[in-house]
Amino acid sequence: MKKILTLILSILTVFLFVFPKTNDITMSGSTTVFPIAQKASEVFMDKNPSINITVRGGGSGVGISNLIEGKVDIANSSRKIKEKEIYQAKENGVNVFETVIANDALSIVVHPSNPVSDISLKTLKDIYTGKIKNWKEIGGKDMSIVVVSRDVSSGTFEVFNEKILEGAKYREDALLLASNNAVLSTVKDTPGAIGYIGLGFVNESVKALKVEGVYPSKESVNNKTYKIARSLYLYTNGKPKGNIGKFIDFILSDEGQKIVEETGYIPLR
Amino acid sequence: MERRKLRDVVATFLIFLVSLVSLIVLVMIVYDIFSKGIIAFREVGFKNIIFGTKYYPTMEPPSFGIFNFIISSLFVTLGSILVGLPLGVGSALFLSEYADLRTKELLKPFIEILSSIPSVIFGFIGIVLIGPFIRRFFNIPTGLNLFTASFILGIVIVPIISSLTEDALSTVPLTLKEASYALGGTKFDTITRVVIPYTKGALISALLLGIGRSIGETMIVLMVAGGAMNFPNSIFSPVRPLTATIAAEMGETAVGTTHFYVLYSIALVLLFLTLVLTLISNHFIKNLKRD
Repeated sequence: MKKILTLILSILTVFLFVFPKTNDITMSGSTTVFPIAQKASEVFMDKNPSINITVRGGGSGVGISNLIEGKVDIANSSRKIKEKEIYQAKENGVNVFETVIANDALSIVVHPSNPVSDISLKTLKDIYTGKIKNWKEIGGKDMSIVVVSRDVSSGTFEVFNEKILEGAKYREDALLLASNNAVLSTVKDTPGAIGYIGLGFVNESVKALKVEGVYPSKESVNNKTYKIARSLYLYTNGKPKGNIGKFIDFILSDEGQKIVEETGYIPLR
Repeated sequence: MERRKLRDVVATFLIFLVSLVSLIVLVMIVYDIFSKGIIAFREVGFKNIIFGTKYYPTMEPPSFGIFNFIISSLFVTLGSILVGLPLGVGSALFLSEYADLRTKELLKPFIEILSSIPSVIFGFIGIVLIGPFIRRFFNIPTGLNLFTASFILGIVIVPIISSLTEDALSTVPLTLKEASYALGGTKFDTITRVVIPYTKGALISALLLGIGRSIGETMIVLMVAGGAMNFPNSIFSPVRPLTATIAAEMGETAVGTTHFYVLYSIALVLLFLTLVLTLISNHFIKNLKRD
């Protein structure tokens, strides 16, 4: 419910908000990074009452274009900035600087009743492109596979596209859902479903699969044995200085990284 | 006397300004959507967008065919009418022709409350309750599909159709009904041969308003229609209406890309569809007034 509200609010933000330009820190962007940014800014503001931080959602693309247009100080992104965007920024006199603040893994989830427990990257690709259509082809029950994906503009899809699909076209009848929670509740209620969600969203109502024999976890992501992982980024105009630098240093500190872990993502150390 | 006149002039002017606001906003919206939507048609081609059946906006090379989304929007709307029209008209007939005053006072608030439930709640119930139920009941792979979306939207438009129909039914002159009874007509005869023909125009405009609501509804279809871009070749196909496409992708699309403008062209198509519907419904309402 909360996630759905967040979704609506972020959609509203896109259309309604006029971003004010103040001396305080403003940030916008990825809904994936949002929980970390929100929690970190709350704790940071408690310690530094003179600094005011505003965090907005909107999506990675929105955050980056806000930064390019000079409407925010920090863009939150769940994907690496694109060449085209860096170029656009340069034209606007914005020199994009990247800070990795956390890692995240995509968990491949199926219905708890599904006997399949391990999957290879190749099989995953074949399922999503429609080459494999029934669970029995990979040692499961005789049941057609319901492919669940995120909508194609989301940062989460982009990671999946980059690591699994490698640009191949997904099945035309794949369900494209609008949030991690929508994928979770659909997989939970659909015996034939397979989907992918951020590690922080996995709970006991679904079954997470091993990918190439490795479960997603803090260790397997940081030692790079788990293959479907991504970094979460903050982008600023130039190397962060002043209050912005102070805030980003805080997120990178032990205390900030603990917040990363508490919100369900993977800390850098 | 003079002062009163002056007050009148000022008030008229202010009210004129207020009414101008909505006109200006409308013109700005239409201009914005039109000017940006045109860019997509120029970059991708009108035919490739409207009649293309492949939609891979973030792939290399991208394709932007929205034909299946247009069809999905129309099918979902048609389905919602098939559910909502009989329920809405039926409940209006029951309330105004059959129910006694006490039943009417008991039931009417419920229908009105139905119309005040936010659509996100319907979407939520669709994902966690109705979708899974429909999947089990029909034994199909997924409950997020054309049928579920139509069904929920059908429920959503019941209050609209019901209240408009009921208003129209109350305008049927008692003398006409009495004449029907005097000729030996039953209640059923009276309804089918006198009441419904008399309110035909109002029924059609209720229908069109219901269609307008269905085709524009975003949150519910975003959550329960499934979002697949395929052509709906069964009523249990997951589908993706126009509105859901815009809502799902606008937030994450880089401003100024072809994909961004294509979303505007989808809005343009949607605007065109609702404009046509509004014009048709205005036509019927005008006819009704003339009668």
